[in-house]
Amino acid sequence: MSKSQGFWAQAMRRLFSGWLARGCVLVLLVFLSMTLAGWAGLVAKNWDEQVAVSYANPNFMKDAPNPQGEASRLTYAKIEVDEASRAVDPLAPNYAKFDELEKQYHQDETPLDWSRPMGADKQGRDIVDKVIKASQVSITVGVMAAVFAVLIGTVLGALGGYFGGIIDAALEWVYSVFTAMPYILLVMAIASIVRTPGISTVVFILAITGWTGTYRLIRSEYVKQRGREYVQAANAIGASNSRRMFIHILPNVSHLMLVQLSQLVVDFIKSEVVLSFLGFGVPSSSVSWGVMISEVRAELVLGKWWQLAAAAGVMSLFVVTFGLFTDLLRDALDPKARRK
Amino acid sequence: MFAYFVRRILQMIPTILGVILMLFLLFNFFAGDPAQILAGKMPNPERIAAIRKELGLDEPWFVQLWVFFKQVVTFDFGRSWTTNEQVSQLLAARLPVTLTIMLPVWVLEAAIAVVLALGVAYVRGTLTDRVVMAICTASMSISLLLYAVVGQWVFGSVLGWAPVQGWGDDLATNLSTYAWLPILLILFVAITPSLRLYRSFVVEEINQDYVRTARAKGVSDNRIMFVHVLRNASIPIVTNMALSLPGLVVGSFIIEQIFSIPGIGREVIVAVEKSDFPVIKAITIMVAFVTMFANLIVDVLYKVLDPRVELK
Repeated sequence: MSKSQGFWAQAMRRLFSGWLARGCVLVLLVFLSMTLAGWAGLVAKNWDEQVAVSYANPNFMKDAPNPQGEASRLTYAKIEVDEASRAVDPLAPNYAKFDELEKQYHQDETPLDWSRPMGADKQGRDIVDKVIKASQVSITVGVMAAVFAVLIGTVLGALGGYFGGIIDAALEWVYSVFTAMPYILLVMAIASIVRTPGISTVVFILAITGWTGTYRLIRSEYVKQRGREYVQAANAIGASNSRRMFIHILPNVSHLMLVQLSQLVVDFIKSEVVLSFLGFGVPSSSVSWGVMISEVRAELVLGKWWQLAAAAGVMSLFVVTFGLFTDLLRDALDPKARRK
Repeated sequence: MFAYFVRRILQMIPTILGVILMLFLLFNFFAGDPAQILAGKMPNPERIAAIRKELGLDEPWFVQLWVFFKQVVTFDFGRSWTTNEQVSQLLAARLPVTLTIMLPVWVLEAAIAVVLALGVAYVRGTLTDRVVMAICTASMSISLLLYAVVGQWVFGSVLGWAPVQGWGDDLATNLSTYAWLPILLILFVAITPSLRLYRSFVVEEINQDYVRTARAKGVSDNRIMFVHVLRNASIPIVTNMALSLPGLVVGSFIIEQIFSIPGIGREVIVAVEKSDFPVIKAITIMVAFVTMFANLIVDVLYKVLDPRVELK
């Protein structure tokens, strides 16, 4: 008799039987490797350096007029000094010395591009580099915050669901307090208190406010699982409470954690974009999709749409792909929930 | 029914107390010294001491908590730290503005989403259904921020159909000039998740036996969908609508910020920027009340709409 497939193997087979999931994974892998390469300093390292003129055109619009483009490059005429002016110039005896000094003073001219693959922003930073860096920051924030939120939610949910009684009642109370306020308002209230801008602050705010859904789900699952026979069996062989909670039950709810995690990544990336746009997220010395979009409003009026197109395109591709993948993952891991 | 109602209200008390306690902890212990914020860039000790005395910050913590509790009960949060306006008056002025945007959104969203959901569920499984659902999934993922930024540019700057931003004094001008574009843009994002949800409710009902019975009796398709199915699917739909009530009060931060609409959402942003704690506390408490009230409505509506539901 052949060995039957395990839960995860079956789920993965279900997941990757369709081309859609494979396509999603491919796209997500590209984003992931971009993020990792960004961390390793392989790409977009010098994203905040001026490499082109302000609002340089994208390459395919090379011939379009650009007020800041090639035609406007600084030119200066050399002033010819004739005998008449030399006679009245009190500095005339020093001319030879000036020439000497000028030769010692080495000056490099940095030629600025007036067209870049995807254009440049106001400060002449390459949009391609910028959007890669922004993806790295946004994805990092989303993933980190989701990991922390799921950890908080799982631990609290496990405690409440497993022990019940007064611990459960207390946690339920905390949960009801947190959910009595709309999410984004809670985030804003905490943002008004934590006033040190930075990427870790955003992660902290999102995680501390975003654990409630996971808590609810994991708690109800623990309530269901704690009376099951395998838990009783673990009890009979003398497993401690924490061992039963995290060694025996946890693997049986881990698929829910994974689904929650991928759900929260998208939610948090969207929240981060909103927060950064409103000015309470990633500081403007760094860059994220939200920062890029918030810079864009003034540029659109000038007809400089390329930064918006790049940020919106990349962000939408990621979020749509990740959202689709989350749906497929949930269907594969939780076939009973598929009808909903 | 009445006993249930009373019990539900009693159950809300610990949550309210929890919200009060949490806000108190957040703003009185973690938020830093308000006197430092209020005293400005060049504080001197006497000024700080005076502010501390004025705000009651030199009282012991339980007195401060009691003061905050009294503020919540009377809904009198004192004066805004930045504009020195009465907070309650400030909110009374902002709320109608937010509702001007959000009430039409609420009504239109429900109407459009329900009709579309019935239509899509009726042709479920066909190409139309799948295409509509795919569009929903995609448009749900795109942030309101993008719709708002692009919408403002296209309709406001390029086409010039609406003013780029601003707000008028009377309702008619606001609705006809300033509000329609924000409403339209929020609808783009708000409809699709509701549509998806309502479709699943309707599909659930279509598969019930009573639909087959009605069809066997020769009831027309329109009547089945709009009378029989809609009536039964209305419970989760109404629940979903009631649960979005708090959102009506908060408004949309993004839309109000981008279109410079002086509503509650924009007020929160300004308050957070300026560390105007009384305003933030007041809005948070207000919205917490509305949220709990919405949950209460949901439970009562269950009973009203479906006599089969037993209230425990």
